[in-house]
Parts: sequence; C-alpha cells; structure tokens
Amino acid sequence: MKSWLHRADVKASPYLYISPFFLLFGLLGAFPLVYTAWVSLHDWSLLEDQHTFIGLQNYRDLFADSAFWNALGNTASIWVISTVPQLVFALLLAHILNNRLRGQTLWRTGLLLPNVTSVVAVAIIFGQLFGRDYGMINWVLGLFGFGHVDWQAGTATSHIAISVMIIWRWTGYNALIYLAAMQAVPDSLHEAAILDGATSMQRLRRITIPSIRPTIIFTVIVSTIGGLQVFAEPLVFGGGGLTGGSDGQFQTLALYLYQAGFGRFDFGYASATAWLMFLIIVLAAMLNFLLIRRIRRA
Amino acid sequence: MSTTTPTVPPRTRRPVSEVYKQKTRVRPIGFIRRAHPLTYLTLIAFLFFSAFPLYYSVIVASMDNSALGQVPPPLFPGTHLVENVRRVFDTVAFGKALLNSVIVSSVITFSVVLFSSLAGFAFAKLRFRGRPGLYVAVIATMMVPSQLGVIPLYMLMAKWQLIDTLYAVIAPSLVSAFGVFFMSQFLSSAVPTELLEAGRVDGCTTMGLFWHVVLPIARPAAAVLGMLTFMNAWNDFFWPLVVLTPENPTVQVSLSTVASGYITDYSLTLTGAALATMPLIVVFALLGKQIIHGIMQGALKG
Repeated sequence: MKSWLHRADVKASPYLYISPFFLLFGLLGAFPLVYTAWVSLHDWSLLEDQHTFIGLQNYRDLFADSAFWNALGNTASIWVISTVPQLVFALLLAHILNNRLRGQTLWRTGLLLPNVTSVVAVAIIFGQLFGRDYGMINWVLGLFGFGHVDWQAGTATSHIAISVMIIWRWTGYNALIYLAAMQAVPDSLHEAAILDGATSMQRLRRITIPSIRPTIIFTVIVSTIGGLQVFAEPLVFGGGGLTGGSDGQFQTLALYLYQAGFGRFDFGYASATAWLMFLIIVLAAMLNFLLIRRIRRA
Repeated sequence: MSTTTPTVPPRTRRPVSEVYKQKTRVRPIGFIRRAHPLTYLTLIAFLFFSAFPLYYSVIVASMDNSALGQVPPPLFPGTHLVENVRRVFDTVAFGKALLNSVIVSSVITFSVVLFSSLAGFAFAKLRFRGRPGLYVAVIATMMVPSQLGVIPLYMLMAKWQLIDTLYAVIAPSLVSAFGVFFMSQFLSSAVPTELLEAGRVDGCTTMGLFWHVVLPIARPAAAVLGMLTFMNAWNDFFWPLVVLTPENPTVQVSLSTVASGYITDYSLTLTGAALATMPLIVVFALLGKQIIHGIMQGALKG
C-alpha cells in the first residue's frame, strides 16, 4: 500500500507542480493569442452580437489604410532612433565598467535607476523637459543660440523626444546585461592584447564584441519586441492621446491597436493588427535564431 | 585614444614576459585593466543623466505652477510639495490607486514566486515524461508579448464580468514563463541531487522535499524574482488601462489620467509621477544590490 502511494507521488507530483503554470498560461496567454487570429477573420464589434465571417477583409482594409502605414513607419523610425544609440551607449558603458573600478555598486545602481521608474512617469517627466515654452531642454539649446523647438509638433522631433525616453530608461539595463556577458570573457585574452599594445577601443572591437555577439543579438531581439509595443510614451507625451499628435505624427502600432480595439471597439480589425504584429515578432525571432546558429557554427 | 590610455607604465621597457610575471605576483587577475581618471568623469556624467530627470521631477513637484516659467529654470526644491501632494489626492483617486497597486503587485508577486518555484523544481530536479519538450515550450513563450492577445483576453474578462475589477488585472499575470525559467536555472545548480535522494530514503514525500529542502535553498533566487515581478507589476500600464476605469485605477492608470486631464498643470502631474515612483525607489535603495545581481545572473543564462 505504502509503496503504491510512493510511486503515485513520484509519478504525479511533477505534473502537479507544472500544471498551474501551463493551465493559467494556456487559458490566459496562449489561447487569447491564437484566438486573436480567429477574431481577425470576422466583422466583430463589441457592440453587436452578430459576428460575420469575412475572411481576410480586415487585413485588406488594414493594408489600404494610410494610418496603418503611418503607424508602422513611426514605430520603425522610433525603434531605430531608440535602439541604435541605446545599444551603442550600453556597450561603451559596460566596457568602461568592465575594468577595476572603485564603487562598482554605485555605478551599477545608477545604471538601473531609470529602469525602476515607470514608463508613465518617464513620459510625464520628459514631456515636461521637452516642453516648448518652459522645457529644460529648449532652455539649454537656447544657451547655445538655438530657437525654441516645438518637439511635439514635428515628426522627426517627436520621434527623437520619444526615443530619448526609451534610451534613458533602457540603456543602463542593457549595459548590465552586456557587463554580465563581458565578465565571462577570459581575462587572459585582454591581457595578451594589452601586452601586444592594443588600445581599449581595439579590445572592445576585436575581443569583447565578437565574444559577446549572442548576447548582443539577444538584446536586439528584446528591444525589437519592446519597440513594437511602445505605447505609454506616445500616449502621455504632452497629453497627445490615442491619435499620437494632431496629425498622428507619433502614433505607434500599439496606439493604433488600442484605438481600434478600445476606442472604436472594432475587435476584428484590432485583432488583425495584433496578429500582424505577432508575425513581425516571429519573423524577428527566427532571424535571431538563424543568426545565432550561424555564429555558433563559424 | 591611444595617447590617453597608457595602460602599461612607460618605465617598464623590459621584456614583456618579465613584466607580466612581476606584475602578476602582486595582482593576479586583471592587473592591467586599471581605470583611467577619464573613466570616472564619464561615469559621473552618466550618473548625472540617470538621476537628473528624477531629481527634476521632485523640484517641479515642490513648485508653484507659476514658478515654472522662470529663466533660468529652477534647480532647487521649492516649498509647495505638501500642497501639490494634497492636490494630487484631491484630483484623482490616488489613495485608492496606491492601495489597488499594492494589492495587485503583492498578489501577482506571491503567485509568480510560488508557481515558478514549484514548476522550476519539477523541471530542474524531477524526472517525468515530456520534460524536455515542455521546458522548450516555457522558453519559447518567454518571448511572446501578452499585449497581442488583449482582444480575446478582454472578451474573456467581459464574459466573466470581471471588467473594472482587480481580478481582471491580476489574472493574466499570475504565472510567468520567465519566472519558471529563472527558478529552474537556479535550482538545477543550487540543489544537490544527493540531498533529495537522502530525503527520499528517509521517507519524505515530493511535497516534503519541496517544502523542507528546496524552498530554503531557493530563498535568495525567489527574493530576486519577487522583486523583479513586483516592479513589473507596479509599472504595468497597458492592460490595467484596458480593463480599469479612472474611478478604480492602479497608480499608473491614475497617473495617466492626471497627465491627460491637466496638460499644463506640470506641478500636479510631476508630483503624481514622483509619488508613483517613490515606493519603487525605496525598494530599490534597500535591495538594489540583489536586484542587479539577479538581472546579471539571469542575463548570463539567457
């Protein structure tokens, strides 16, 4: 009797322990994602009970909507302007911190401090700093003889302002990730290079970057996923709202999705948007996977 | 750059191997990679940029609105902080928002840590059929942003009549693939398999092993996961905005209400921003070192 109980315990317990994760994730994570594809094939509004199957019509409407292309373009532009400087700064910072330094804890705390701040708070604070009339940034630019920039009004300027928020919040976090990877690079490599007369920059380019390439690709993919979801910054920036400025000059895909889903309650159309975003992420992830495999083989 | 970083002192013109030997005796590892004074200047500048926006939000939060038009802009705190804080609480349901956020973040943190430890233990230390495949499934789901499933998720919550309740905010975050991955990585190296086998011989059930052997060992990793989860839950915005109303908000939702209603009232909105950030800054000041350690560890394994 006892041994039967024991065997049942050993056999069933693992499944029991992983089941909360899989049940909850299945119901509230995987199912909604898959069901999104089904909803996207319907004329589905929250306000009506009838949901007519319309095939790919939502996608056709989406591709015909200039506001969608505008949002896609804005998202891509903000992604590039925010990701490239962010990762370059992070690499340089991590490279600096990967030395014998006093006060490592202080510097690392400084790295992570912006990341602790909520996105909404960041957007509010930078919205003030980028203010047209009383903003600190325009005041500093004024000292150098520049006129007041209306950051919110222009396409390029608003993208820069939003990107600065993202860069501020994420550079330190990525630097920490890079630093962790850099510490796994053998010291002997650096020492040999130094004895051969390599400068700090040469070591960064020839030793560090090749050694931590998988980590760099990992951060690129994570910021791609994050970049597709940029939402709070453009929503809050100067009280812009769902339209992303008067001409939609900084409306991102996430805002566009929210506007369709919870502004107009057009669930079918919003689902088509979400599903397209999902496909973009899968594509990016696959590209990432292939790149890593190629590096490992080389 | 090469002229500013003479990493090997110029006086050592002896053969390289000799220098190496001599120096290694003093400092075995990383002896040459000592920092240049410029390094500290760069880092101090970085620290300034990191902290300044937060400092500035406190300055504005302590100012009368009319003081913000000053040239040059104010750089030191004023005297209106208490008044501004009171105005935030009068304008939106900020007290309720704080309470809601504490409830939501605590429940999510407890649930994620518990279920992640359980599943992590199973993946790291127990044998069962389908384990590798299921583990790959966990890792694959880590990358998928839940934001993309909002429409059906909203329909589910509406069907269960949970819209505008905290249940709707909490439910989708009760488990985390990252948490399972994080705990299982930690436990697989931290828990000695012999210890578990010894426990089995002594007649311990699997639950007994989890409770008496695994949990005590898992405590540091569970603490890190708990803090990361709490911060994420506290700062979450998109989903709470979808399911909650301004009358029953979380801190972030209420903050966005302040920002959208009073575009020009900067001292009010920045007081809100400072208030919303304060609890996390306090947690971070107390436990920052562990959080940083946890992120770097997770990064190495990721």
